[in-house]
Amino acid sequence: MSALSNSNWSRRSLFRAAAGMAAAGSLAACGGNNGRSGGAGSGVDLTQYFHAYGEAGTEQAIKKYAKAYDKADVTTQWITSADFESKLFATLLTKNAPDLFEFHPQIQMVKSGQVADLTDIIDPVKSDFNPADIKSHTVDGKIYGVRMIDDPQFFFYRKSMLEKAKVEVPTTLDELMEAAAKLTTGKVKGLYMGDDLHSVINPMIWSAGADTLDEKNQIAYHTPGVIEGIKKMRKLFTSGHLLLGAPTASWDPSSLNQGLCAIQFCGMWAMPGIQKALGDDWGVFPFPKTIDSGKQSVYNGGWSMFVNAKGKNVDAAKEYVKWLWIDQKEYQEDWATSYGFHIPPRTSIAQSATKLKSGNAAEGVRLFNEFGHFDNIGWTQAMITALEDVFANSVRKDMDPEAALDKADAAVERELKKLFG
Amino acid sequence: MSTTKTRDLARPAPAKASPAKPRRGLRGSPTFNFWLFTGPFLIGLAIFVYAPIVWSIWLSFFEARFTVTPDKFIGFENYTYMLTNDDFVGSLVTFTVFAAFIVPTTWALSLSLALLVNRLRFMRAFFRSVFFLPTACSYVAAALIWKMSIFSGVRFGLMNTVLAWFGIDNIAWLVDPNPPWYWLVIVTARLWLQSGFYMILFLAALQNIPGELYEAAAIDGAKPGWQTFRYITLPQLRATSTAVILLLLIAAYQAFDEFFNLLSKTTWGRPPLVELYYKALGESQDYGAGSAGAVILTVLICAVTLLQGKFMGFGRGDESK
Repeated sequence: MSALSNSNWSRRSLFRAAAGMAAAGSLAACGGNNGRSGGAGSGVDLTQYFHAYGEAGTEQAIKKYAKAYDKADVTTQWITSADFESKLFATLLTKNAPDLFEFHPQIQMVKSGQVADLTDIIDPVKSDFNPADIKSHTVDGKIYGVRMIDDPQFFFYRKSMLEKAKVEVPTTLDELMEAAAKLTTGKVKGLYMGDDLHSVINPMIWSAGADTLDEKNQIAYHTPGVIEGIKKMRKLFTSGHLLLGAPTASWDPSSLNQGLCAIQFCGMWAMPGIQKALGDDWGVFPFPKTIDSGKQSVYNGGWSMFVNAKGKNVDAAKEYVKWLWIDQKEYQEDWATSYGFHIPPRTSIAQSATKLKSGNAAEGVRLFNEFGHFDNIGWTQAMITALEDVFANSVRKDMDPEAALDKADAAVERELKKLFG
Repeated sequence: MSTTKTRDLARPAPAKASPAKPRRGLRGSPTFNFWLFTGPFLIGLAIFVYAPIVWSIWLSFFEARFTVTPDKFIGFENYTYMLTNDDFVGSLVTFTVFAAFIVPTTWALSLSLALLVNRLRFMRAFFRSVFFLPTACSYVAAALIWKMSIFSGVRFGLMNTVLAWFGIDNIAWLVDPNPPWYWLVIVTARLWLQSGFYMILFLAALQNIPGELYEAAAIDGAKPGWQTFRYITLPQLRATSTAVILLLLIAAYQAFDEFFNLLSKTTWGRPPLVELYYKALGESQDYGAGSAGAVILTVLICAVTLLQGKFMGFGRGDESK
């Protein structure tokens, strides 16, 4: 056989191999190992992004709901919490962007056309939603997201430890500092609020009688009360009574459950886990008054479902959102109360949710109603970061609070100017 | 008859034109072969390196928030913003501090390890492997081990357990910037991760030093130990040392993983890449400002590299010495 013919044979086999690989790839794409959750094979494929919830069974629940939907094949991507925001934002710029995603209401997503107007599907049931949730998703009269769950956040404490140390439940920041000191022993720290303290930034501001932005979308956090609060937080941070460097973040109740601290800032989602670990030896209280003229506060966080306005299947995605988060009340209650505890944003569901009617869960709902503050859609990620930097610089690094707030003002004003002119 | 002789005497046959046509295609054209083999890499380079660089420069002149296809030209506004941003400028200081720590310590540790391993008479391969193995570990995994296990701030963290034996209270290694214990965590993590690799480079260089040099020095009365190390080993390792220092500096510029994972959401200890990620990309989605920062950083790295080249004599031929 000549060299030339051998070369021809090689090229032919190369083409054959390439064709074979292409065919195999096509067949593989038809297979079941493509992350699809099933469905009726309607031809419409929807992808939804969720951050990884910590409570067992949540991922399976979301997939179960998606599988029950028969008008589209819905795939769920479950993304590690720390990576969720960056992955979501980066993906939204590409053709691989999800059709639906959960996030918090933020005006820049509306202004940049990233999220679709959902007014038409929410309007018929608008009166059944918590009005604060509707307000926090509304821009210029249009509603841009459906709230799935409300997550009040407050302090959880070990009753037995407070009784032993003869400490009353604190109602002011000064009392909280004193309590942390009395509760600190050789092996237990008095208080845990996360290493970065980010989860208590807004509650501290509200408890100082201030706010992030006012009704006119102007800076409302730069007040003497907030400065006083920051100074107290610095004192607390350096007191040696705070748990620092814990293995888990503050959203995870493990530090309280394992006896590393006596009081921990966390969210209502942690209640079933704490109940399982501590029995009835625990209670909850709101963020105490930062200053005498302030008021106790609770941050009502939560997650909302948004539709990618630049996606290929906007109408199909809206239809799915309507089906799951508006029509399927059974799933909504299951999602809010069967894993971690959350408050359903639909009034009718919240009122009928039996698991939230007794014990600490009922107390959590009361604190939510009495002291709750909701997301402000005008308070964007860049502004959130600006105040996080204030806490990093002043509370953890001893920068003058006034100077740190001035620096934040510049960043927030820049953002406000871009958003509102 | 000796065939060899015949072959030696035989004249080469005159060249004849081949009756066959010149071969074309895969094996016939060197130009075609050149493009066939380099083409895919050049295409990849153009798509994944040059296009993003050009795109990034273009983006830096636009108001590019939440989009990478902006239409609002704003000139040098993004550059002004980044250059007047304390945090971005501070990140360059962080890098300088980090480089000042990590470059000399890694150089010294990897050279020491290489000298020790080179002296071993048995189990040399074992120890070489042991020291090299951390190179295979992911920076993220190492950062998490350092953060969660060795330098955890609670009482059962490894370092805090050791300190407790001496009656010292727990230290929040990564949480409290005063005192800045976080540098100890970051530097030890990176030392563990990269010293083995540079040790291998030094080992190769050590094994290339001719034994005659040491023998001649011994005859001339040089004492083994520090004297031979100072006057023979170290000068012989000059080229390798230069390369190692250059590689360490480049690696320091690229620092991201361990800083990002060990010091999440702080305002200190942010090298330039982490600062750019937080301030301009990431959650804020300000791709214009991010690109401006990237361009500034690129220009700075080029300038430093050129200066370093001039200082260390890269590119000079032997004749110019």
